[in-house]
Amino acid sequence: MRGPNRRTKAVAAAVVMGIALIGIYACGIVIPDDKILGSFLDAGQPPSRKHFFGTDALGRDLFFRTLKGLSVSMTVGLAASFSSAVIAVLAGMAAASGSRRGDALVSWLIDLVMSVPHTILVILISFAMGRGLKGLLIGISATHWCSLARLIRGEVLQLRCRQYVAVSRRLGKSGGWILMHHMLPHLLPQFFTGLVLMFPHAILHEASVSFLGFGLSPEQPAIGIILAESMRYLSAGMWWPAVLPGLSLVLLVLLTDRLGEHLRIISDPYSAQE
Amino acid sequence: MALEARNLYFRYGRKQPWIFRDCSLTLEKGECVAVSAPSGYGKTTLALLLAGYLKPDKGKILADGRPLPMKGVCPVQLICQHPEKAINPRWKLKHVLEESGNITQEALGIFGIEQAWLDRFPRELSGGELQRFCVARALLSGADYVICDEISTMLDVITQAQIWQAVLEEARKRSMGILAVTHNQHLARRIAARIIDLTDISADVST
Repeated sequence: MRGPNRRTKAVAAAVVMGIALIGIYACGIVIPDDKILGSFLDAGQPPSRKHFFGTDALGRDLFFRTLKGLSVSMTVGLAASFSSAVIAVLAGMAAASGSRRGDALVSWLIDLVMSVPHTILVILISFAMGRGLKGLLIGISATHWCSLARLIRGEVLQLRCRQYVAVSRRLGKSGGWILMHHMLPHLLPQFFTGLVLMFPHAILHEASVSFLGFGLSPEQPAIGIILAESMRYLSAGMWWPAVLPGLSLVLLVLLTDRLGEHLRIISDPYSAQE
Repeated sequence: MALEARNLYFRYGRKQPWIFRDCSLTLEKGECVAVSAPSGYGKTTLALLLAGYLKPDKGKILADGRPLPMKGVCPVQLICQHPEKAINPRWKLKHVLEESGNITQEALGIFGIEQAWLDRFPRELSGGELQRFCVARALLSGADYVICDEISTMLDVITQAQIWQAVLEEARKRSMGILAVTHNQHLARRIAARIIDLTDISADVST
């Protein structure tokens, strides 16, 4: 008997990673707020068995605060990358299947947004939208759709001159039907891979903008806030508020990145049954 | 009742040489005609024009006296040379057949399609097996005329014979017109009542 094939392994890995991500997210929600209340009695303690990640200068448990922060970051990342990916697909399809003028407009818009550094644009938009979670979400979704939109546009342009699309048209199928049945199956993997790859990007931007002080408000347990606060105490020898939450952010990003890779393997017909 | 090309003019772009100049031909219903010519004389272009994939610069293409419809099922269907390009690689093969009509056990039998192939993806079948699906898709659509553009060129002799037998039998049963584009003289003589030589009617490419 042969062992499990590549597809089975990819599905298993994707399921495990998905459960791990959902687990982290659920932890952040389930943990009651009094777990992250500070107590000056144990302020600035290094990692121990009682506090896995130690405590910060206000005596708050960093392990629970990090978990809560990760789940806030995941909310931001998921919402922002999802709306970004939807914008990308709509813009890409509009550019490729609409008029030449529409195509020029969308392409110009893509160039415009891409020519400005992301961080500056996110800061500007989230500041104009009134900071906080809402501003951050709008800022990140308005800046991250470009490269995926360009990819989708190219893909649709390519698909439009495929022979099976021409055959389908001669078989009496309408443009909408062809878009839904012939093109969407080709675009969905791009959409999901783009979504998952955008997710860590969005989280990192959320963290960096919060770190700079333009994003979430300071009392919220977000990773960017934790890292920003930790900078103040780093010179006093407190390494754990910076290193451990930072490492968990990197782990979360890596985990979603691998999940995206496995999803790509599963959905690609050229490796689907290997 | 016939598929007619009347005084066709065609070229790819304004600065390109004419491929067809004042070219006319007729395909009667129930008739099988072969078109032959060496490479580069516009065999495939003619097939694309007749099936409505390309628009002629001047001239008309009429199916039963009416121009080819822009919407709805076209009465002229084309079977292409490369089946792997004419089938969506992300579709299971039963969807390919469902695109043109309902799958019946009888139809599968006629074209030599096995039930097990229906649940596979295109890249898991061979070229000959895929070509059977393309042929079935074109014929099941209820077309009156079918243009076969080198449909058996890259197949082995046995598969070639099987596919042509299926096509000709269906054509006779439903009295369809078949236009077979080929540069295989033996095949042309075997299947067709008459042979059109494109070297006579297409614009001379060398000048």
